[in-house]
Amino acid sequence: MSATIALPGFADPVGEAQATFRAVLGAMARPGKMHRVGERLTAPAPLDPATASVLLTLVDNETKLWLDTHAAAARDWLAFHCGAAIIEALDEAAFAVALSLPDLAALPAGTHETPEDSATLILQIAALGTGTRYRLSGPGLREPTLLAADGLPAGFATAWQRNHALYPRGVDIILCAGVTLTALPHSVSIEEA
Amino acid sequence: MPDALPPEQPHAARQRWMAVLARADADDLGERLGALPTYRVLRGPEVGLVMVRGRAGGGGAPFNLGEMTATRCTVRTEAGFLGHAYVAGRNERQAELAALADALLQDPLRQAALLAQVIEPLAATQQARRDAVAAKAAATRVQFFAMRTMRT
Repeated sequence: MSATIALPGFADPVGEAQATFRAVLGAMARPGKMHRVGERLTAPAPLDPATASVLLTLVDNETKLWLDTHAAAARDWLAFHCGAAIIEALDEAAFAVALSLPDLAALPAGTHETPEDSATLILQIAALGTGTRYRLSGPGLREPTLLAADGLPAGFATAWQRNHALYPRGVDIILCAGVTLTALPHSVSIEEA
Repeated sequence: MPDALPPEQPHAARQRWMAVLARADADDLGERLGALPTYRVLRGPEVGLVMVRGRAGGGGAPFNLGEMTATRCTVRTEAGFLGHAYVAGRNERQAELAALADALLQDPLRQAALLAQVIEPLAATQQARRDAVAAKAAATRVQFFAMRTMRT
């Protein structure tokens, strides 16, 4: 047994998982809206509380989880608390955790018959609410809204538009920073503002 | 469960003490452990259901016997040892103490003393209880001589 699991999961597993699920649901329905989650959670390095909360909520032994090289330090903690099936092949992932944006085209985008088989990327960035500003528009947004995010690479909007163009296929992103999260479902159109 | 156990069992000692701890009475266990060192609960104690499977038919095919209540707990001691416990029923204190005892028993500095003070007396109590039940049952045993003759 590995001795690298030093931290507990949710103190109140049911309540905190439900609150986080509600936040993810709200963020997916209203792209770009910020939600606070995981304020009571001590996350294992290098994950932020928001990232760890989303994983504790969504990932279990039936969801294939891919970790990028930076997130791999939290592997044992995730394996223990989520019972996650951690895989090496990015193109089979149901959830992918990354601290820097991977190639969106490398993630499964689903098929026209089963678009629900697409992956969800849980991307941890430096900060939400400051940094580069993006204009979001699409379902869930009556009017285009602005999202400020620090830590997305240059050319993100272009890469995203290629993903958006695949609709109804395509990858969703949950952006996490500190105790804040927001979501970018693949129905949303993004341009730099 | 495989019919024949593999020849090498590196965890045999730990399996034994975990089995004893899982059957131990919470008060008895707490008393024998004495003053508890500081530790951190990583998970639980939480109550859930586990499916009990058996091999009921003559062919040995697995059969879902039913679900039973179980409580699990995982703790970490200051020295960094992880202790796990899965106990039948919903006694959360027993699960937590059993997990702590499992963690402490993995510490080479404490193992011998704990085995002598905690595990062996508990194992003896449990064996005595089993023997008493077996003796009671044996007293009412009925021998079906005719059938036994037929089998041999």
